[in-house]
Amino acid sequence: MLLRDNRLLRSLFVAPALLALAAPLPAGAQVRDPLYAAARASGQVGEQPNGYLGFVTAPSPDLRKAIEDINIKRRAVYADKAGTAGATVEEYALTSGCLLIAHTAPGEKYKAPDGTWQTRGAGAPLRDPRCP
Amino acid sequence: MTRPRPTFPARPVPSLIRSGRALAALALTPVLGGCITVKAPDKPIVIELNVTIKQEVIYRLAGDAAQTIDKNAEIF
Repeated sequence: MLLRDNRLLRSLFVAPALLALAAPLPAGAQVRDPLYAAARASGQVGEQPNGYLGFVTAPSPDLRKAIEDINIKRRAVYADKAGTAGATVEEYALTSGCLLIAHTAPGEKYKAPDGTWQTRGAGAPLRDPRCP
Repeated sequence: MTRPRPTFPARPVPSLIRSGRALAALALTPVLGGCITVKAPDKPIVIELNVTIKQEVIYRLAGDAAQTIDKNAEIF
């Protein structure tokens, strides 16, 4: 009973806060882990051409764990889908990296083909010439 | 009484001729030395097509990957 009340209370408190957070963020951001979403928005992590997230600055242990978890999940998804599509994990991940860098919102970080971290501006990002 | 100076050397200077031949030989040497010898390689020739194949693969996978990203938004 007490536990249920606690959950109810928390959901009452958290839901509006999440909605408020979601409003100014790009589509998809509302389903991200808050730690990841905040790190992404503040430029601590960015998208890499290889299809995985990378650290722009040295992360806290919690953030490192959260991002590494996401990368492990990404790899599992890439591996699954690559198998179906008759491609290698790397090919599928690289294709996803092209798209993910293209989808970065202005202000977010991404890694250019030369290996430098860039802040996404209003224009097109610097991507691998093979990207569609 | 002065003897007229010969306008040409009284006798040819053999060393000049010899050095001329030597020069000709020298001029030929780099030509011969610059010949490119083509030898069949020991290993089979591998033509690197990785880049073009990859681009084709990326174009083929792009639609599928876009759907995957949308369906798994929490990790992207």
